[in-house]
Amino acid sequence: MKLEHVNYIYSQGTAYEKQALKDICLEFPDGEFIGIIGHTGSGKSTLIQHLNGLIKATSGALYYDGKNIYETGYPMKELRSQVGLVFQYPEHQLFEVDVLKDVCFGPKNQGLSEEECIKRAKEALRLVGLKEKYHNQSPFELSGGQKRRAAIAGVLAMHPKILVLDEPTAGLDPKGRDEILDQIAKLHKETEITVVLVSHSMEDVAKYVDRIIVMNHAQVMYNGTPKEVFRHYRELEAVGLAAPQVTYIMQELKKKGMPVSGDVTTIEEAADEIMKAVHIR
Amino acid sequence: MLRDITIGQYYPADSPLHRLDPRVKIVGTLLYMISLFLPKNLLGYGVAVIFLTSIIWLSKVPVKFIVKGLKPIVVLLMITVLFNLFLTGTGTILWSAGIFKITDEGLRTAVYMAVRLVFLIMGASLMTFTTTPNALTDGLERLLKPLGKIKVPVHEIAMMMSIALRFIPILLEETDKIMKAQIARGADLESGNIIQKAKNMVPILVPLFVSAFRRANDLATAMEARCYYGGEGRTKMKPLIYKNRDYIAYAIMILYVAAVVAAGRFVEFSIWIF
Repeated sequence: MKLEHVNYIYSQGTAYEKQALKDICLEFPDGEFIGIIGHTGSGKSTLIQHLNGLIKATSGALYYDGKNIYETGYPMKELRSQVGLVFQYPEHQLFEVDVLKDVCFGPKNQGLSEEECIKRAKEALRLVGLKEKYHNQSPFELSGGQKRRAAIAGVLAMHPKILVLDEPTAGLDPKGRDEILDQIAKLHKETEITVVLVSHSMEDVAKYVDRIIVMNHAQVMYNGTPKEVFRHYRELEAVGLAAPQVTYIMQELKKKGMPVSGDVTTIEEAADEIMKAVHIR
Repeated sequence: MLRDITIGQYYPADSPLHRLDPRVKIVGTLLYMISLFLPKNLLGYGVAVIFLTSIIWLSKVPVKFIVKGLKPIVVLLMITVLFNLFLTGTGTILWSAGIFKITDEGLRTAVYMAVRLVFLIMGASLMTFTTTPNALTDGLERLLKPLGKIKVPVHEIAMMMSIALRFIPILLEETDKIMKAQIARGADLESGNIIQKAKNMVPILVPLFVSAFRRANDLATAMEARCYYGGEGRTKMKPLIYKNRDYIAYAIMILYVAAVVAAGRFVEFSIWIF
């Protein structure tokens, strides 16, 4: 997946006109776990809706498997089954009489047989950690976290090559959040699909992703590994973001004279660094 | 996808029309609508054209927007015109085929009806373009207040209206979101016959209803949490007060209606002379 000079303008030619994306050039290599961060209204959600062709760029090109998706006759439906998009609060899209049927909706639209649909649905529900006893319940009877899982399973069952999640943990408690993210990370390892995670939590992003894209005012501000990106924590703060808290602690320790590295982004790394420093003493 | 609907929408701008008291605009729009049905000749409509054009110019709302608002009534307009054109029995026959005939009177009524409808919608949409929904319901509440004396729950009606209006963009946005989410799951919303299409709407309608009820419930709780218990004894933070410009606007409206009436008389008068 590759974006070249993508621009997008909302409500062009009216009083509400707003440029949501400005000259975006990005690549999403196969098998990578990518995080997108940015403050509210920075263009993250608009960007990911371009990835499966739900929004058409005002100008620029988007290539999937080397083909420009804006060319006439490009099979959009095919693209949408390759690029699975999980929206914010995906539980609001549940509609079927039971969970299993709802998860089957995607595969059914892909034209698969009933058996194959159910097989895929069960597998997807297992991947998101939703137990069998819930399969025949109404999705509206589940708890918030379970609904969320069911909805994510609905996209997973389509077997996408690229899975895009827009703030999958918004509104969940810490336990639910960790469980969902752990399952996504596990899924990424097991199936080697590309995962794009949009998040507000620097901790989550630092812990799971290989590469971070920082969006600011409709543009890409940084694009690099968590370490590279969080090294700019002062600039990030200036645009309403921050580095993980542990990065700040390590910076402070370094300032106080402890021989540790300042660009640590996860708690595990920090523990190692501190242990090393203590042993040196 | 659903962002293109302009009728009933507010267009933010800073114009004399935007600043007017909503009551003036409601009464003015009513007078304007009545005025469209008064003239029986072209001169009267000439006055209306001049009036509407200058008001549109004053409002700073792009003409493109107002014309776009006419789209939903195109079908209604066609039906009205065709009926009047072919089925008016009286007058000199210009063309006929079987029971269908075009008479000069029919032609005239058809044209008048089309002009009236178009002007009606343009005038009414100009009101909503220049007035926020909240101001509109405020104005309406104030205007209908005398009805409270005969036990009409004016405040409650106004509150329901403002909530309904407030929820239109929210529900449109919600529909847009749900549609996108289902399209992302491969939902097909376009192809198939009518029954198939209706079935395809289920994945959109069910979540939409669920969310509408959820929002209604949340709103009711939020209102009760702020001690809302209806209109009795409730005061306004910004009560509507007429300013000089509002009186001027009323005066202009009266002059306009008088001009339309006079234009009608004038032609009658001139026919009478010759």
